[in-house]
Amino acid sequence: MNSVGVVTPQRVAFDAPITLRGGATLPGFELVYETYGELNAEGSNAVLVCHALSGSHHVAGVYAGQQNNVGWWDNLVGPGKPLDTNRFFVVGVNNLGGCYGSTGPISTNPATGKPYGADFPVVTVEDWVAAQARLADHLGIGCWAAVIGGSLGGMQALEWTLQFPERIRHALVIASAPKLSAQNIAFNELARQAILSDPDFHGGHYYEHGVVPVRGLRLARMVGHITYLSDDQMAEKFGRELKNGKLSYGYDTDFQIESYLRYQGDKFTTYFDANTYLITTKALDYFDPARDYGGDLQAALARSTASFFVASFTTDWRFAPERSREIVYALMHNGRDVSYAEVDCSAGHDSFLLDDAHYHAVVGAYLDRIET
Amino acid sequence: MTEIFGRFDFDVIARWIVPGERVLDLGCGDGSLLKFLKAEKGIRGYGVDNAPENVLAAIKNGVNVLQFDLEKGLAGVDDDAFDHVIMSLSLQTVRHTVPLVKEMLRVGHEAVVSFPNFGHRSHREAIAQGRMPVSEALPYQWYNSPNVRFFTIADFEALCADNGIVVREGLFFDEGRAVTEDPNLNADVALYRLGRG
Repeated sequence: MNSVGVVTPQRVAFDAPITLRGGATLPGFELVYETYGELNAEGSNAVLVCHALSGSHHVAGVYAGQQNNVGWWDNLVGPGKPLDTNRFFVVGVNNLGGCYGSTGPISTNPATGKPYGADFPVVTVEDWVAAQARLADHLGIGCWAAVIGGSLGGMQALEWTLQFPERIRHALVIASAPKLSAQNIAFNELARQAILSDPDFHGGHYYEHGVVPVRGLRLARMVGHITYLSDDQMAEKFGRELKNGKLSYGYDTDFQIESYLRYQGDKFTTYFDANTYLITTKALDYFDPARDYGGDLQAALARSTASFFVASFTTDWRFAPERSREIVYALMHNGRDVSYAEVDCSAGHDSFLLDDAHYHAVVGAYLDRIET
Repeated sequence: MTEIFGRFDFDVIARWIVPGERVLDLGCGDGSLLKFLKAEKGIRGYGVDNAPENVLAAIKNGVNVLQFDLEKGLAGVDDDAFDHVIMSLSLQTVRHTVPLVKEMLRVGHEAVVSFPNFGHRSHREAIAQGRMPVSEALPYQWYNSPNVRFFTIADFEALCADNGIVVREGLFFDEGRAVTEDPNLNADVALYRLGRG
């Protein structure tokens, strides 16, 4: 119900080279994207949805013949939903370096005729936004009514207000942070080491060897999942419940939580690319708009002119409410319009993907205010 | 709680606000005061409230609202960030009264505070008859009241004197009508303009 229904991904190729923050230049690139709703004549009702670590352009709806392949933010995006496709033209895009069809490590390197693999340059949040801007040009969108994202997606929404202040009216930054903490980076490094040390990684050129670093990628995802959930929710969902009713006195899965993590890890390796995982965790680690301002976030956000909606979740320890408040205070310092909700939800970082009634109510109320 | 009083205190507060000012409204409820001041005075500012339903209502009212816990202060807000920091009929709901009033005068040049006067004649009569007061200004029973501090006009002025807080102006009302004679007995609501000592 209230679904955008069957959707079809689209693809666009950009022939002009793009020079990345890290210094590398790609001769051109492709992005896959989906759109929902209709762009109005003024082009003033467009909303960009930015994905987080493992997300994609498939934000809402289903694919023909694949009724179970539901978009990752389908509970938020659709007709009559908080991000209402009756009012807004919504765009989802797979970021540069991704593994869902946009140019990335799996793509063929024109210089070698083989997949880029580890030769694909590290891309940053700034690069993603620069690439998204080309998509906006292609779609005839001069200025986004809003850019919205959770977690790493929220960082992209924030970056839009800094790189293209004149091309975004509202930023919705949810369960995000102005930069990662040392603890956040530590978890990312653990995930990367799991992948890099897998014998099947082959320096990132595993495609040529016909293998996938399944064990490393699986372990990386298991680490990630621990950080997405709250201690309370894990206790509530799994507790010390046993999988087979008795202890094995061995190294099989005794506890349900072990079973859950292994299942999530295994599932992830069937659809996600290890090189993209490495790149994306680096993009997370590097994001720090205050870095060029001696660590002064207030100064960094001075050029942003958008109105903001910032939200955090009480049990999110990966991107805790304090991290969102840093953004809010820096915006207040600059006299910007900002509203901030701290949502009481037990699901930790993953809360931003759930359909908590109050969370969706405040996001919907804010989006309803946006003129189209 | 402002809706209980209609808008008479809004009008008084608006008289103290210069057009275009930067305003912070603590305990903003559904944001109607800020909305009123935006429309009447073109102010720029933020409301602060910690109740989820108020945050939602204020967003719907089109004002900037921030879900902060006032008991934890305003440490992230710059000194002198605002021309006026308002606390309309909310001071009695906060436990850390003195730290908060000092925070108001740190982040704002001037504070505007209004509160129900527990010393009002009707409240004294209720106490004399052995019951906690319930009135238009204090519409709650003792067991469901959001109020945690119970004070009179005289108490508040003593607190200001003891803490070097300058009372620049005080206005007193009884059911919306101005009170000049013995406000501690006759006023159900007091409004103050406060400055730093």
